[in-house]
Amino acid sequence: MNPADALSAADWLTLWLHFLSLSLLAVGGAITTAPDMHRYLVGSQHWLSDAQFNASIAIAQAAPGPNVLFVALVGWHVGLNAGGGPAGGWHAQGLALLGAAVAMLGILLPSGVLTYSATRWAHQRRELRAVRAFKAGLAPIVIALLMATGWLLSTAHGQPARDWPLWLLTAATTVLVWRTRLHLLWLIGAGALLGMLGWI
Amino acid sequence: MSATPPAAAGDGTLGAPRSRADLFWSFSWLALQGFGGVLAVVQRELVERKRWLTREQFVEDWAVAQIMPGPNVVNLSLMIGDRHFGLSGALAALAGMLTLPTLAVVLLAALYSNVADVPLVQGALRGMGAVAAGLILGTGIKLIGALRANPLGMPACIGLALATFVAIGLLRLPLGPVLLVLGGAACVWAWRRLP
Repeated sequence: MNPADALSAADWLTLWLHFLSLSLLAVGGAITTAPDMHRYLVGSQHWLSDAQFNASIAIAQAAPGPNVLFVALVGWHVGLNAGGGPAGGWHAQGLALLGAAVAMLGILLPSGVLTYSATRWAHQRRELRAVRAFKAGLAPIVIALLMATGWLLSTAHGQPARDWPLWLLTAATTVLVWRTRLHLLWLIGAGALLGMLGWI
Repeated sequence: MSATPPAAAGDGTLGAPRSRADLFWSFSWLALQGFGGVLAVVQRELVERKRWLTREQFVEDWAVAQIMPGPNVVNLSLMIGDRHFGLSGALAALAGMLTLPTLAVVLLAALYSNVADVPLVQGALRGMGAVAAGLILGTGIKLIGALRANPLGMPACIGLALATFVAIGLLRLPLGPVLLVLGGAACVWAWRRLP
């Protein structure tokens, strides 16, 4: 194990405080704080590499579950490196899990407590005109945000001329989700199969 | 929109989670189906299959979950769990949303370095990414129907949604100012139109 990579107790605390401080800024999802995480953890502290950071985001996108899990993977990589990398054996794996737990606890604790208290307060006062207006006013906005997210994901595919089969698959999925009750796992599986066959 | 009656209008009766364990496993199962984002699955499972929420209630809750800091589906799990079983329900739903998916993602990360360059894996990820975009778009289209009951009225809702879509999706403006301006205006307007 390379002693230069090891983290002291103070380092672990710093890591936790970093995620804690980003939590309340994560309006619109934890991914909005990714640039700041990168700046601090990769740029200033060198606790994980650029490639590890990017892999964290890519794996969390591909894996099931909320996208916030990329934060767990960032922490996992930091812990793994502190334990000497994949060659570090069980010691490194243990630190990696500790890193994942520290990161998730930091990113979720403040926002979770705030959301829990605020939504509880609002639910008890759900007949208030202000609370009803808040929810009614935001409804069309968040539906548009969802559509914009879908749009940004589609356009990330690249050029229509070359990647039109991907666009076609996205369009077909859109219609199937909208008009049918086909199980979503079938659609995901079909996408994976088409991709493996090289048709898209 | 105003009162939330126990039975949804026209849609049969609403269901409810039977226990905290039901909350945990329901959220585990929907999180594990959520490739490329969980929101589409939450809508399908909790609104269409289990009927814990009407479509209108779902849009309202999700609007709040989206506006609060933190991941929207994590916030939603806290809100829905709390409504049925209080704090312990919120924690059960949150644990369901995170525990098994975290283990899955860590396992995948441990394997990933070995298979990242395999063309089959890259192809599968491309295909799943395209489907994930479609899941989100299809869910969005389906939720537009929930705006019919909105006090702003359908034309205003469509106008606000279009403006938001252009600002975020096409002009790529930062989320904060867009929410503040368009969301703020929409809330004030809704306040004036409500009795």
